[in-house]
Amino acid sequence: MDKYRPLKKPVLKPLLSYARPYISLFALSLALALVTVATTLYAPILIGQAVDLIVGPGNVDLKGLVPIVIKLCVTVAITALSQWLMSLCTNKITFNVVRDIRNKAFAKLDKLPLSYIDAHPHGDIISRIITDIDQISDGLLMGFAQLFTGICTILGTIIFMLSINVRISVVVIILTPLSLFVARFIAKNTFDLFHKQSEARGEMTSLVEEVTGNLKTVQAFGYEQEAEERFDVFNQKLREVSVKAIFFSSLTNPCTRFVNGLVYTSVGILGALTVFGGGGFTVGNLSSFLTYANQYTKPFNEISGVITELQSALASARRVFDIIDEPEERPDSEDAYVLKEVDGTVDIENVNFSYVPDVKLIEDFNLHVRAGERTAIVGPTGCGKTTMINLLMRFYDADSGKISISGRPIKDCTRNSMRSMYGMVLQETWLKTATIRDNIRYGRPDATEEEVIAAAKSAHCHGFIKRLPQGYDTVISDAFSTLSQGQKQILCIARVMLSLPPMLILDEATSSIDTRTEIIVQRAFAKMMKGRTSFIIAHRLSTIKEAENIIVMRSGHIVEQGTHESLIAKGGFYSELYNSQFAAD
Amino acid sequence: MFRLFRYLKNYKKESVIGPLFKLIEACFELAVPLVMANIIDIGIKNEDMGYILKMGGIMVLLGFLGLACSLTAQFFAAKASVGFGTALRTDLLKHINKLSYTEIDKIGSSTLVTRMTADINTAQAGVNILLRLLLRSPFIVIGAVIMAFTISVKLTLIFLIIAPCLAFVIYKIMSITIPRYKHIQKTLDRTNLLTSEALTGARVIRAFSRQQDEEKEFKQITDELTDLQIKAGRINALMNPMTYVIVNIAIAVIIRAGAGQVFRGTISQGEVIALINYMNQILLALLAMAILVTNITKMQASAIRINDIFAVDPSVSDEGNIEVKAVKNAPCIEFKDVSFSYHDSEEYALENISFSVGRGETAGIIGGTGSGKSSVINLIPRFYDVSKGQVLVDGVDVKDYPFKQLRQKIGLVPQRAVLFKGTIRDNMKWRDRSASDDEIISALKLAQAYDFVMEKPDKLDEMILQEGKNLSGGQRQRLTIARAFVGSPEIVILDDSASALDLATDAKLRKAIAEQTGGMTVLIVSQRISSIKNVDKIIVMDDGKIAGIGTHRELYKNCAVYREICLSQLSEQEVNNIG
Repeated sequence: MDKYRPLKKPVLKPLLSYARPYISLFALSLALALVTVATTLYAPILIGQAVDLIVGPGNVDLKGLVPIVIKLCVTVAITALSQWLMSLCTNKITFNVVRDIRNKAFAKLDKLPLSYIDAHPHGDIISRIITDIDQISDGLLMGFAQLFTGICTILGTIIFMLSINVRISVVVIILTPLSLFVARFIAKNTFDLFHKQSEARGEMTSLVEEVTGNLKTVQAFGYEQEAEERFDVFNQKLREVSVKAIFFSSLTNPCTRFVNGLVYTSVGILGALTVFGGGGFTVGNLSSFLTYANQYTKPFNEISGVITELQSALASARRVFDIIDEPEERPDSEDAYVLKEVDGTVDIENVNFSYVPDVKLIEDFNLHVRAGERTAIVGPTGCGKTTMINLLMRFYDADSGKISISGRPIKDCTRNSMRSMYGMVLQETWLKTATIRDNIRYGRPDATEEEVIAAAKSAHCHGFIKRLPQGYDTVISDAFSTLSQGQKQILCIARVMLSLPPMLILDEATSSIDTRTEIIVQRAFAKMMKGRTSFIIAHRLSTIKEAENIIVMRSGHIVEQGTHESLIAKGGFYSELYNSQFAAD
Repeated sequence: MFRLFRYLKNYKKESVIGPLFKLIEACFELAVPLVMANIIDIGIKNEDMGYILKMGGIMVLLGFLGLACSLTAQFFAAKASVGFGTALRTDLLKHINKLSYTEIDKIGSSTLVTRMTADINTAQAGVNILLRLLLRSPFIVIGAVIMAFTISVKLTLIFLIIAPCLAFVIYKIMSITIPRYKHIQKTLDRTNLLTSEALTGARVIRAFSRQQDEEKEFKQITDELTDLQIKAGRINALMNPMTYVIVNIAIAVIIRAGAGQVFRGTISQGEVIALINYMNQILLALLAMAILVTNITKMQASAIRINDIFAVDPSVSDEGNIEVKAVKNAPCIEFKDVSFSYHDSEEYALENISFSVGRGETAGIIGGTGSGKSSVINLIPRFYDVSKGQVLVDGVDVKDYPFKQLRQKIGLVPQRAVLFKGTIRDNMKWRDRSASDDEIISALKLAQAYDFVMEKPDKLDEMILQEGKNLSGGQRQRLTIARAFVGSPEIVILDDSASALDLATDAKLRKAIAEQTGGMTVLIVSQRISSIKNVDKIIVMDDGKIAGIGTHRELYKNCAVYREICLSQLSEQEVNNIG
């Protein structure tokens, strides 16, 4: 599906568009960078001038020293101030841009078609929005500031050095990039090792995830020792490659430091020779040069690091923009109808649908549901039951055919208004990390406390909520695992009971509740379903016997349709399914 | 953190040599400004080209020696730190494997995975940095002060004032920013959580049309995050300018005070330059120290988390137990007045449970969610210890068994169908490493898994991906059932393990289990009446107590709870038909 996309899309351009609102700050930070570089480079010259006034015993110009020292202090103060202000600017730009991108990416999640969300690993999407965006902030924006200052420093140093002495400058300019080459050389040769290390680490991690993540199973089978043996193999392998990778990569610093030492020495020797060679090159000049030699090499060493950061930041940006640029769910059309009231009829006409183009799933599906009717959908796993719900709720759009509510095609309605006509309880119990109260009134945030409690009572969860130490203020979260699956499911039911829309969809809504509680909840459901068009999917056939219309599906088609009694009497697929519950007798 | 250093014990030599060579390198570095001073004071003054070249040669030599020392240090530090990580990892896994279910419940297995991977990696990187740099920075600072002392006692005073000032400023800034960065991390975790919820809850959010509210909430958090980051950044950005100002003021003072000394002839021009250089070296060393401290805080956090795991003692242990012999004619499984509560809970999850299951019998345990079904079966392989009473297998208290012997008797099918990466055959051999293909195939047939396995291109050699991702829920469950039967265990426990199967398959499975498990004692836990109604003995659980024991017919007549469960699932007519 990516076939028509150009292989490499621009990254910098969209990125810059996020930076545009902060363009004046950006200009300011560049200006401040220039000031910082200039004053930083000026300080060694002042120090050099001072040194030249301190020649030897009896030969010190104390009077001349005072203005130089004052100048030095002022320069230093300016450097510090502009450096600080520059950091503030870059911080502000960086963190704001990152926030903007993150908000945009998050908002995008709500507009992506469910097919995208279903098909992509959530961990990957999350790491793009969290880790990758952080990488953009660290690498791209901070890195850019560093790169800019670094280049300015290099250029500035060259100019300052040339203005003092050309010959020594040339030596410095030629020698220094050596450290860059050394660093490159090491990086190139360690890349393989790092790759191997991350491979070995990956193998080890996935073994640990398996063994430790499923520790209960491991113990149940007495598999601990075997697991430890398998682990040892990976652990030793990791050790071997790690020692090499860590050692060789840690060569960079000592080696570049060595090259810098060479540069420093050359400046020292050459400078010393130049001083007594005459031509006005003073000891003070030499001292400035020595400082420059140090300062000049520093950005060189940093730049190689910054460039790798920049590259990985660009890759991260690419991954983030991939999500942001992903085609959205087709937006509701301008004149889309806002469904406000429905009579409860649902018509499905000639609907075809498939998740994968070549594998047909729902074919020529037709169904007419009268107002207030209870429709149960049954059939073996994979027959398309849950897909029907995806289509009814417009989580997916049908490939062809028409679904209408109250005679109005749902494609012509706004999604939100159409969906709000349905109350939905799914098998997977999704609850927000929030208080129980907020979860129950998720569909109607303005509900009063009385309404919340009434809904909880009718879903039979008021009792256990009351028993929690914080009652309705208990925050549900992953860490708070005292809620059983069944209790979570009841909360989801309470959530629907509170908003009570005119139509209902129950997809295995009571699968995690034990059957005795289920009866009570079913009674509540029955009350709720009265007069409401409902769709019910259930594994347990006993729970759907009351439905006015049972649809039996098999590989995307309706094979039978009718009431429980009529279907049993017919002796077809439904009765086969129904009786198979007792097959072992 | 230092408690973890015991894992360096096999690398004592490396852990000493590493830092030692780093210090030697630092000495060479400290010598350079002095040599330079000599070049200026002697070489230039006397216009002695030979001397200058000689000194230049010495500087190159110092550089070389420094490089050699540094490489040696890096090598030994790498060796020691990686060895540390490896040993720590092995030991932690061993420790984790000994934890019982109580501890696993409390800590959570995903936490254990993070400790084993990310935290140990951080600790390892921390040890590496510590070995290389911990001593170096203080050494350079002290060394620079000493060198200054050899040049001029009076001017050393400036060093003695400035060095602590610098250290204090750096310390102060870090002590303000580090807690703030922790706070930032927490806020970032919240954006992470919200993103994850937006994905898992996509259907519900859209069904309730709450997209805009979710976006608003996210914006609120990112605004907060940005605010925190900018504020913390504002203070952190003070580090470089402030230290720069302090050092350069010190240099200005050195120049002014040095000038007087040079005038009086106490020190030379070159020595003033050397003092300036030492001041700069102190600054660099302290800034390196600041980075080091950041790393150490991270490492310390990881080390504390790792130690916390080590500090957890397994509450159930088989230490000292030796192989036991079965008591003749004893029931296969027997509960004697067992009460049990989960950790930290004052309420009993099980109360006064007594029942026995004879060899070769099939028993069913039924009850609502939270009635204690799973708790009962978790006591048999001694995943938890009872609070009161006794659990006996083959007439011997499970507390007297070595784990291996006890658990070897049992084939367990857990609720969650967990398979490992590897071939189907590998997964089938979990219970019995020596199982033959024939044994595996008959177990697959029993579990109704044979047909779909044979449809796979590689049959038994088919690779299962991690978490069994390339199989459907029902297929995974059937494989876990088959796995429990491989190697003819004496006891098979099915813990509500047919939930992902469609009804027809479930029925076939029940039939196969009824027919083919002759000598085995089978325990079936279920919520479905249809799964257990034909077994020899049904145990009805209600709210942690036994509500009744008997056959379907007896219970239906005498046990109110059982009748209620039956009627919730079947019509009266069906109940009678079955009976």
